[in-house]
Amino acid sequence: MKPQRTLRILVAKPGLDGHDRGAKIIARALRDAGFEVIYTGLHQTPEMIAEAALQEDVDAIGLSILSGAHNTLFPAIIRLLREKGAGDVAIFGGGIVPPEDIARLKADGVREIFTPGAATDEIVAWIRANILPRGY
Amino acid sequence: MSAHPKRTGADASAPRFSTISDMEIAPLYGAGDLPADPSVIGGPGEFPYTRGPYPTMYRGRPWTMRQFAGFGSARDTNARFRFLLAQGQTGLSTAFDMPTLMGYDADHPRALGEVGREGTAVSTLEDMIELFDGIDLAAVTTSMTVNCSASIILAMYFAVAERHGVPMAALGGTIQNDMLKEFIAQKEWICPPEPSVRIIIDMIEFCTREAPRFHPVSISGYHIREAGSTAVQEVAFTLADGIGYVDAARGRGLAVDEFAPRLSFFFNLHNDFLEEIAKLRAARRLWARIMRDRFGATNPRALMLRTHAQTAGCSLTAQQPLNNVVRVALQALAGVLGGVQSLHTNSMDETLALPSEQAVMVALRTQQIIAEESGVTNTADPLGGSYAIEALTSRIEAEAEDYIRQIDAMGGIVRAIELGFPQKEIAEAAYHFQRQLDRGEKVMVGVNKYQLGDEPPMDLLRIDPALEERQAARVRAFKQARDQARARDRLTAVRRACRDGENLMPPLIAAVKEGVTLGEICDVYREEFGVYRDPAWL
Repeated sequence: MKPQRTLRILVAKPGLDGHDRGAKIIARALRDAGFEVIYTGLHQTPEMIAEAALQEDVDAIGLSILSGAHNTLFPAIIRLLREKGAGDVAIFGGGIVPPEDIARLKADGVREIFTPGAATDEIVAWIRANILPRGY
Repeated sequence: MSAHPKRTGADASAPRFSTISDMEIAPLYGAGDLPADPSVIGGPGEFPYTRGPYPTMYRGRPWTMRQFAGFGSARDTNARFRFLLAQGQTGLSTAFDMPTLMGYDADHPRALGEVGREGTAVSTLEDMIELFDGIDLAAVTTSMTVNCSASIILAMYFAVAERHGVPMAALGGTIQNDMLKEFIAQKEWICPPEPSVRIIIDMIEFCTREAPRFHPVSISGYHIREAGSTAVQEVAFTLADGIGYVDAARGRGLAVDEFAPRLSFFFNLHNDFLEEIAKLRAARRLWARIMRDRFGATNPRALMLRTHAQTAGCSLTAQQPLNNVVRVALQALAGVLGGVQSLHTNSMDETLALPSEQAVMVALRTQQIIAEESGVTNTADPLGGSYAIEALTSRIEAEAEDYIRQIDAMGGIVRAIELGFPQKEIAEAAYHFQRQLDRGEKVMVGVNKYQLGDEPPMDLLRIDPALEERQAARVRAFKQARDQARARDRLTAVRRACRDGENLMPPLIAAVKEGVTLGEICDVYREEFGVYRDPAWL
């Protein structure tokens, strides 16, 4: 078995809203937990996020969505990654997402969605347990 | 900054008592904590307005109950407005959707998935007419929460009022229009800071002359706090933004005693009861001193900080949401004891969705119970002179003033924003608080203490997914139906004003009346002034 390298994670903020408190806290918590973190900044289109994921060669993308547009934006990003041959990049997310939408998004390929009140340690533990570097 | 001191020495394991902003609190305050000179506090309606802007406070005039509302189409929101007015609300407050706030029409590709979701969709004058249909604009005051596209929304509001036969001079209300706090905290923008401030000063200048009852800017700490700032940072960065606007308006040749009475403020009401009361008192006192000593204002209305306030959205929990009713009541009570002029109380379901009609009614009733049952309105500033409140007031004022000195040393707030100073200070405070929550040092009931396993679902407001396509089709049809040549000419006139520095408001009003859309005008702003991009500081 190959020694496992450090996970590279893109923290991305799609949509038009400017609620970046959560995204920034998660990016810092993941960095403090020892992951390599790239933060896109605000107002990213699905195309910009998929492109950044490829350019940065990340293993996972954490999407923060609080605008109510999750049912449009998550599937668009997954579709673009698949088209670009990067369908194995793990997608997880956080934000205000109702339970029935979480079920549908998971069926579409989102690995996990964290809702308000999730502790950063819980998110770090989930990543450690569930995400491997690509190719492993 | 020393906002979060490291604890060292023998007492490191002793219990620590601090506010939610992590400001340490003494076990007891006493007479020695009061200012030696009573004029530092003053009386209600007296400089420096620590105890409130008016001598009789709520006996003379209750605060305005103003619930922020907006979702779906303009017609949906118009129905919610009428419901709230029928329930005894005394002012309107409009929430626009993200495309409107960011300057895109509903038919723009970037609007996909966002139309009508976080507020109401307004792309055209037709939408704005529908939004205020049947509402007496001479009788209510209207607040509109919009910033980078505020100039266009205000032009549309003036055009709607004209159709209702209400002259601009008779219109009362507030448009948020505070771009400096957008760069610091809420982060909805089009152009870089300098042209953004220029548009705001155009609006201040125009309203001072033509719509003197209208507040052309609401200098907002609310979003700074929601982004994770401390109470001190909220006061400091908000007043620093205010200084930025006053400087820019004076640079335009406007007289401070004439325009400053129309500056209004907007603060957050968070969980820490005493800290919040003290924060509002500190903000009033510091602003009065700044206006007098820095800007030489003499008109009392230019010295007094008058403010809207909203309970803290970020304090609400998705877990056990009924508990939010209690949080909101305490926060609103802090606002009233802190002397606010206008108040929005959040609804219990707002961490889950936009509020349902039932939830918003409970929120409004909370204000009515405070106003008409609790008795706290019978006397002005009932907590004035409290050792603890006066000590916290002085401390918040002094620490906020320290921040303002640092910002002055950088060359002012626009420069500080370019350097990312307030943004980084807020991100630091937000991360510090999150770590305290994760370690259980700060408590959110139902989230990191007293959790329940299974929770019954609430009835939530749902936005019809078909709305988006209907709204986009409506915008396309509207654009086809107008006189294209005239609309093009009006848009060219807006572009010319962008370039030659002429006040933008007259050409904007002419443009929206001729059918030019919000997105088209914002495209001109993007082309003429450039586009600001998130520096993505962590």
